[in-house]
Amino acid sequence: METTIAGQTIDLNNEGYLTDIKQWTKEVAMHIAQEEGITLTDGHWPVIEYLQEQYRNEVPLSIRKVGKSGVVDIKQFYALFPGGPLKKASRIAGIPKPASCI
Amino acid sequence: MKDLVILGAGTAGTMMSNHLAKRLAKDWRIRIVDQRKIHHYQPGYLFIPFGTYKEEDIVKPIKKFIPERAELIQEGILKVDKDHDRIYLENGETLDYDVLIIATGTDIAPDEIDGMMGPHWHQSVFDFYTLEGAVKLHEKLETWEGGHLVVHITEMPIKCPVAPLEFAFLADAYFEQRKMRNKVKITFVTPMDGAFTKPVASAHLGHLLKDKGIEVVPNFNIMSLDGENKTIMDYEGKEVSYDLLVTVPTNKGADYVERSGLGDELNFIPTNKGTLQSNAKENIFVIGDATNLPASKAGSVAHFEGEILLENVIRFIEGKELMDEFDGHANCFIETGHGKALLIDFNYHHQPVSGTFPLPGVGPLNLLKESRMNHMGKMAFKWIYWNMLITGKHIPFVSAKMQEAGKNFEEETV
Ligand SMILES: Cc1cc2nc3c(=O)[nH]c(=O)nc-3n(C[C@H](O)[C@H](O)[C@H](O)COP(=O)(O)OP(=O)(O)OC[C@H]3O[C@@H](n4cnc5c(N)ncnc54)[C@H](O)[C@@H]3O)c2cc1C
Repeated sequence: METTIAGQTIDLNNEGYLTDIKQWTKEVAMHIAQEEGITLTDGHWPVIEYLQEQYRNEVPLSIRKVGKSGVVDIKQFYALFPGGPLKKASRIAGIPKPASCI
Repeated sequence: MKDLVILGAGTAGTMMSNHLAKRLAKDWRIRIVDQRKIHHYQPGYLFIPFGTYKEEDIVKPIKKFIPERAELIQEGILKVDKDHDRIYLENGETLDYDVLIIATGTDIAPDEIDGMMGPHWHQSVFDFYTLEGAVKLHEKLETWEGGHLVVHITEMPIKCPVAPLEFAFLADAYFEQRKMRNKVKITFVTPMDGAFTKPVASAHLGHLLKDKGIEVVPNFNIMSLDGENKTIMDYEGKEVSYDLLVTVPTNKGADYVERSGLGDELNFIPTNKGTLQSNAKENIFVIGDATNLPASKAGSVAHFEGEILLENVIRFIEGKELMDEFDGHANCFIETGHGKALLIDFNYHHQPVSGTFPLPGVGPLNLLKESRMNHMGKMAFKWIYWNMLITGKHIPFVSAKMQEAGKNFEEETV
């Protein structure tokens, strides 16, 4: 599905996740965050960058991994992205939803 | 004499010892190390709680499956010193190697969650990812009079990620058979956003949970367990109470991996996803559940990896370029209860879709659809496991790389 965010054409899957991280910009992130009811602050960006870096290195992500990253602990991660932090933060970071095999 | 050592004689290690015994030049010695004497058919753990299999149906001596050419060392592994190509065993002995294959899998670590271990462990809180847990759970279910059964996943990744769902489906059928389904409430609690997380599978299978009256609590990341009050709490303050909790605790790689500085925070070993070479050193290869690959942790995956790893070990020894060919192929049966099962076939690039398997357009097995034939496939897997998979034989019609013909990939675009 194609959509326009902040004047850019973006491809999203039917759950609203970017299908190509190359289309990601900070403006896109802010827009998606707003849809998730989150206003991005200085505390959010390092987490987003960490997730993107892990994704580029093809490292599977988990809440624990983020909690041990040294960027945030699990409680802070929840405070920044309430109600499903990994899921929401992944969407804002422009990377795929954490999923099982089925 | 050159030395190849395999750590772990489970599914992947045993299989590799058989592959290599046939292919390695005569001037290579093969040694394989495992702390256990007994090989467990782990997919059988799922059926033990319901009395379908007994303990003795799913274990055999490791020795029986190790080729004559390989030396089996029954000992715990203490540490790998990768800089000196040396392994330290718990009995104080050392093994030097030219090539190392790590296949020590993953095990549950319930003590990772505050309160999970305690007097309630194997009393009201059970696992079925160990033989002991599965056997104790069987004893419990036989005498349980009903209440709230919570089936729970602690965190990802876990081996055989579909097993908890299969457990919930089989529990529904089991209580129905015992004419007490109305006395049991079943809830499935998961850290993911649903019991099914892939769009195509959700569309095909989402109805199963509703049909079986299984409630789902999604996005639940457990922080602690209160055994006295029989409650689990998550990081957001959500609580779920249970009478009987069947959990899949955190899965971790072996402790020696951490001591050797080879693993990530869960002791899984960073591995090249196409070649199966470790990132740590070029003469160390990793296979099966021990890797950090974004593939499923399953016996079928170890089987597909095996054909590529064999080729790459030989190429490495001959100084040739490795093949970057593993595609993440997995093939798993999913029990749905009442003598039926599903089958899924997928890889790094494609999620499970519908279609036919293994022969395109013919089957006889159907993908992503419940059938009796698939259940027969699941039960036949035990024979295939002992007689073909761990002995390193090729399974007819099933290739290491996923076959694309006969699959409805157009479903992925919706
Ligand atoms: C309930 C359940 C259901 C499953 N169902 C299926 C299914 O239907 N289909 C499927 O394909 N897969 C299934 N699996 C997954 C499958 O069993 C595993 O993916 C597979 O066994 C992995 O093989 P492995 O060789 O990597 O590890 P393992 O077979 O676990 O072998 C690891 C070996 O290393 C040894 N070891 C570990 N640490 C040390 C140490 N420090 N010193 C010495 N030895 C050590 C262990 O003793 C063990 O023998 C299931 C698993 C479970 C738990």
